[in-house]
Amino acid sequence: MSTTAPRPDPRVGLRAGWMDAAEAAWNMRVVSRTPPSADFIHPNNPGDFGVINSDLSFTGPYVIQGNFSGLQVWDISNPQSPRLHRAFVCPGSQSDVSVYRNLLFVSGEALNGRTDCGTQGVSDTVSHDRLRGIRIFDITDIANPRHISDVQTCRGSHTHTVVTSPTDADNVYIYVSGSAPVRSPSELAGCSSALPDSNPNSALFRIEVIQVPLAHPEQARIVSSPRIFQGLVAPAQHPEAAEDLAAAARAAADARAKGGYTATVNGMEIILGPGFVRVRLDSIVKARGGTGTPTAADTATLRTNVQGIVDRIVNPPNRGTGPRPGPTQCHDITVYPAIGLAGGACGGYGLLLDIRDVANPRRIGAVADSNFSFWHSATFNNDGTQILFTDEWGGGLQARCRPTDKPEWGANAIFTLSGNTMTFKSYYKLPAPQTANENCVAHNGTLIPIPGRDIMAQGWYQGGISVFDWTDPAHPREIAFFDRGPMDSTKLLGAGSWSAYWYNGYIVSSEIARGLDILELQPSGFLSQNEIDAAKLIHFDYLNAQDQQKLVWPASFVVARAYLDQLARSNGLAPDKVSAARNALSRAEQWSGQRRRDALTRLATQLHGDAQGAADQAKAQTLAAAVTDLANAQR
Amino acid sequence: MPQRAISALALIATTACATATQQSPSSSVPSPFTAEQARADSVRSAYTAADVHFMTGMIHHHAQAVLIAGWAPTHDASQSLRALCERIVVGQRDEIALATHWLQQRHETVPDASHDMMPGMDHSMMMPGMLTAEQLGQLHGARGAEFDRLFLTFMIQHHRGAITMVNELFASQGGGEEEIMYRFASDVFADQTTEIDRMQKMLAALLFQGPS
Repeated sequence: MSTTAPRPDPRVGLRAGWMDAAEAAWNMRVVSRTPPSADFIHPNNPGDFGVINSDLSFTGPYVIQGNFSGLQVWDISNPQSPRLHRAFVCPGSQSDVSVYRNLLFVSGEALNGRTDCGTQGVSDTVSHDRLRGIRIFDITDIANPRHISDVQTCRGSHTHTVVTSPTDADNVYIYVSGSAPVRSPSELAGCSSALPDSNPNSALFRIEVIQVPLAHPEQARIVSSPRIFQGLVAPAQHPEAAEDLAAAARAAADARAKGGYTATVNGMEIILGPGFVRVRLDSIVKARGGTGTPTAADTATLRTNVQGIVDRIVNPPNRGTGPRPGPTQCHDITVYPAIGLAGGACGGYGLLLDIRDVANPRRIGAVADSNFSFWHSATFNNDGTQILFTDEWGGGLQARCRPTDKPEWGANAIFTLSGNTMTFKSYYKLPAPQTANENCVAHNGTLIPIPGRDIMAQGWYQGGISVFDWTDPAHPREIAFFDRGPMDSTKLLGAGSWSAYWYNGYIVSSEIARGLDILELQPSGFLSQNEIDAAKLIHFDYLNAQDQQKLVWPASFVVARAYLDQLARSNGLAPDKVSAARNALSRAEQWSGQRRRDALTRLATQLHGDAQGAADQAKAQTLAAAVTDLANAQR
Repeated sequence: MPQRAISALALIATTACATATQQSPSSSVPSPFTAEQARADSVRSAYTAADVHFMTGMIHHHAQAVLIAGWAPTHDASQSLRALCERIVVGQRDEIALATHWLQQRHETVPDASHDMMPGMDHSMMMPGMLTAEQLGQLHGARGAEFDRLFLTFMIQHHRGAITMVNELFASQGGGEEEIMYRFASDVFADQTTEIDRMQKMLAALLFQGPS
């Protein structure tokens, strides 16, 4: 089967249209296309920003599709024919949705969001009718979401992440992320936009943590606002290592002990360079009318005043440009409770957080990017040995996949992860150029649960959907795609895939202007039928993309076959050994009971031996272990 | 980076969802239709004078940013500053196009920002944080590390001005309510707050830790 991408790329030159644009697909096929329901589409206004579809969440047979005007619940028991279960109007972008058992959480940050879900907006600058924060609903009867309460936050909620704690069965937690301007304290007490970015003590880059008591969700409230940004430094270039406040403090103390000068800038202690010091000392000498070498008194004066001097340079007084920006928060946070970590895409930083104390996440690592990415979201691989951050340059409104746009801007940045250290390896960007009339940049996606590989499906707005393999973090590679032509060939109308998530055998995509697309992978030279079937063994009861669940494949013939296909593809095991193992599996499968078990045990032993001389020892051992598991599963 | 003609055909802004609009009465899924049926002028707008003032002002504001960021290659800026400047140029050019199109769709006057592209031309549309003629002259005359230092200092000032404009918009009656206004203004706020932080750290490294 082909391992060559089609040339020329069929995504180039696709005919424009709203519901009738031309399409291109490779190694995946469309199962269904469902337009938005009547409340969420304005046929006379293509690209209407008020009804754009946003993020997805899943529970049982339902996919909940957020929309700037509310949400739609679709029954996708039959993916060929999704059925509208409920359209719920409740304006207030961006309507990021999550579920946990009988609870539904919806993010809102826009000024027009109302606590009563009304459509008339909120025109007053200060109003208690306004909702900027998290709405909580009971969805025991999902056709009739019942409003429980709202948790208002100072900056609203652009996105949110539901987090469970293995040690806290009574509560579920929500990390609230937002980057919008701060509300007036008259609207929500305690909100303050007076955040001097020069004051190290109030460098309040933080997230809000909401605790939701499962027995009493109406009592949900903010329990902490951990400061996870303090003391970050700008990067020089790749690769980035995690900064260490303590190390900086030690270096500063060391410098001072040797007579050097230090100061604190944005929470980080820095050592002042000799040139800076010389200039300041000269100024002090001149100020007292002296000349020549600074005296001991001069250096003492500098020591006393150096922090003030630095502060005035970093933030000159009386700038007179009005109120200062509020605290910067994260755009999105992905948690992986099974490994106790979260990846936060926070302004210019990718942060690694320890979330074992769920209410008090703690930053343990950070990376920034010399390409000045505005990071949007994070995804871990299943093993927790790699992390990927996306750069949503242009905010999803702009065309960033033009031929003139750099491949390292608006792309994914892939890092290996070891302990607290993230090491940059590569960028991945949609390889096909898109037109200037297509908003396009890296956006939301999830892992496709192929055992033994790290494969992700991702929405790229009007860039469509890209499925790529990042198992080798230094060499990511596209293995499937789907794309439509632009909404309009003459102007940029917002559309495209906001999110593309794998759920129980299918890739479900929230198309901003066109509704709900459901697709499935097809076998190719990059992905075998066995691998696709192995992915289908993973069954989610519910899925919030930002809450990664540990993927564990049950013992199965198809998993073993998937590993064999991978070993064959990469020449990780000699072809004759692959062939022999395939035959042995087929024979064992025809038998039952003890006979099957014995056959599998023999095969496992054979494979352990084969692994010793295999080019890919690790995978061969994994295969052997999978066969052992299969043997043990026989009764 | 060569000056490109800013395409006038940029993002079409949408309107009308903050206030009640005519919704389709049918509860069934509509059948496919052609985009030719769309008529933007048939939709009621829900924007305010403050929104227009913001978009107009942002065009001038961004134009100046594009101007001075465009000097990085010819003024011996450091590699990291050039990367930042290139990003500012591309990003803010596109936002000028978005704002231009938003105004055109509503038949509001689109400002002529071409004068903002030339240094030393004083004009009445001084938005918060914009560089004075003197500051522009200072920056234009600088090279190398001095350019880096002045650029970062002035661009921080410039970005802070944009933040002020967003805050003023949101503090106005009904301003920023319309969906695309909200999104655009919030994006400006988020992007520029992030860039301020980055630039401050670059400036600190330059000012305080350099060898001479």
